[in-house]
Amino acid sequence: MQISNSRAVAKRRIKADVWDVLIHAVLVIVSLVCLLPFVHVVAKSLSEDAYVIAQKVFLWPRGINLEAYSKIFADRSILRSLYVSVLVTAVFTVIGMIVTIFAAYPLSRPQLKGRTFLTVIFMFTLYFSGGIIPDYLLINNLGMLDTLWALILPLSFSAFNLLILRSSIASSIPVSLEESARIDGAGHFRILFSIVLPLSKPILATLSLFYAVGRWNAYQDALFYIKQNVELRPLQLKLYYLVVQASESFQLEATNVQLSNPEVLKASVVVFATLPILCIYPFIQKYFVRGVMLGAVKE
Amino acid sequence: MALKTVQNATAGNETASLHSNAGNGKGRRFLAYWRNDWQLYALLLVPLAFVLVFKYAPMSGLMLAFKEYKIAKGFWGSDWVGFEVFQELFAKPDFGRAVRNTLLLNISDLIFSFTAPIILALLLNEVKNVAFKRVNQTLLYLPHFLSWVIIGAIAYQLLGEGSGMINNVIEAMGLDRVPFLQEDTHWLISYIAIGVWQSMGWGTIIYLAAMSGINPEMYEAATVDGAGRFRKMRSITLPSIRMTIVTLLIMNLGNVMGGSFERVFALSNKATTEYTTTIPVLVYRWGIESGNFSRATALGLFQAVIGVVLVLLADRIAKKLGEDGLI
Repeated sequence: MQISNSRAVAKRRIKADVWDVLIHAVLVIVSLVCLLPFVHVVAKSLSEDAYVIAQKVFLWPRGINLEAYSKIFADRSILRSLYVSVLVTAVFTVIGMIVTIFAAYPLSRPQLKGRTFLTVIFMFTLYFSGGIIPDYLLINNLGMLDTLWALILPLSFSAFNLLILRSSIASSIPVSLEESARIDGAGHFRILFSIVLPLSKPILATLSLFYAVGRWNAYQDALFYIKQNVELRPLQLKLYYLVVQASESFQLEATNVQLSNPEVLKASVVVFATLPILCIYPFIQKYFVRGVMLGAVKE
Repeated sequence: MALKTVQNATAGNETASLHSNAGNGKGRRFLAYWRNDWQLYALLLVPLAFVLVFKYAPMSGLMLAFKEYKIAKGFWGSDWVGFEVFQELFAKPDFGRAVRNTLLLNISDLIFSFTAPIILALLLNEVKNVAFKRVNQTLLYLPHFLSWVIIGAIAYQLLGEGSGMINNVIEAMGLDRVPFLQEDTHWLISYIAIGVWQSMGWGTIIYLAAMSGINPEMYEAATVDGAGRFRKMRSITLPSIRMTIVTLLIMNLGNVMGGSFERVFALSNKATTEYTTTIPVLVYRWGIESGNFSRATALGLFQAVIGVVLVLLADRIAKKLGEDGLI
């Protein structure tokens, strides 16, 4: 009896182990599917043209060749796009955080009169907006077409980020703390800058990253608003024209005697544009995960 | 002293009724409130200005949908034409195609991109080794951090008919090259698959969070009762995340008329036009490329109104199901 029982347990354990192996195998495969496309593009970007043309490059570079990268670093228009992207992302993040903080702190205070009405004004924008054309006409009327302000100002208010920050401040800064600061004679400005913000550092880091990565990756508004002034194209838009639409050739290509395979160049531009995100990705991932959790907790 | 005024300010209506005999009490209290809290309104001026200028001011531009816009006459000078623009819009063959494509792409996403994270989360939940789980999650979240331009570029590097790596592998195996992105039906399937690839890992976060809240004693009790892995999945894990699934499903249902311009635009090419004309793409083409602002605005407004109606409907359904609702 006992023997048969233990045999059954052993049998079940073996069965369970088979499933364990299967589940782990599926997860490894799916994870590799997420990773391998980059590996291939990186391999291609480092390979010699001949191997790429012969379609012999898969996941490992063949005949190491950095010429494509030296071309990118010699192409002033690409470096300029990188500069534009960095500048726009930095200014956008700072302005976005100021706007979000200035809205979130007052709206988190229960004594604020007209709080419901003010909250509705901000939150309505989550559900309804003028749309592409009215936005475009506004930017046009403000004289911001073909300026970097068109990429900085319109999106710097995000109702979604406001929602997250407001509930975070409301739950982490109790009214009693605010009151005791008031007894010491501090006004709201003082309370905000010397109590609320230092206590909210983690969530501020998360939201700054939301703003920064969102701005870095977006190209739709640049496609709409940066038309004539080619100098102001951010990196993503530049990449769109260079690789996806392939209508724009590298500045140097025409002057360069040695013709090279555009596939290698394309691959290295993709790597060049992905690298900034890949470098910071391991460090910012946890902040993003936290942000998603906070966003899911609806107030 | 300061504390007293704060209490006066926050106590609100109850004190008002207690001291109703003080005729100017209300005014004085408001004055005290204002003296204490005016800085809150000062702070709010900045975000209010942003919202009014960049979110509400453009809404006046929606008037264009009811006007015949002429550049010479300007925005205000153009003539009102009632619903003529809409009648003209509804008669366009491209309009029907854009509505069909928008629904088709979004509903396909709902079927595949919505279910993939649930399955993936169930699998990840079975993993006990923390390091293995973390490495997998890091890789799975990666595509979410890339822009659609980069994803589009990588997609063509891999799936392109002429030199894409996957086609190279297919040819090496002695099969014919597949026009993954250069033929309409293939493009549609690739579009959906790329969407699943981009979002499935990221989508697991919410489900994994919900699963981590499940009481481990339930699993232990089930094990003692002889329940196997899949029985536990079906009877404990899935019911525990049911509310999360329903909430997310309803939110997604509200978005079936929406959709990303960037995703379609980065993946489309001149060879595949059948499914790439979605509403946002058509608004861009009519409005910004061709300058037909009235018709493009009307199309955008049509989409926005249906979007709001769907969100409200979804909210109503959520509340009927005993959920908190979304708004």
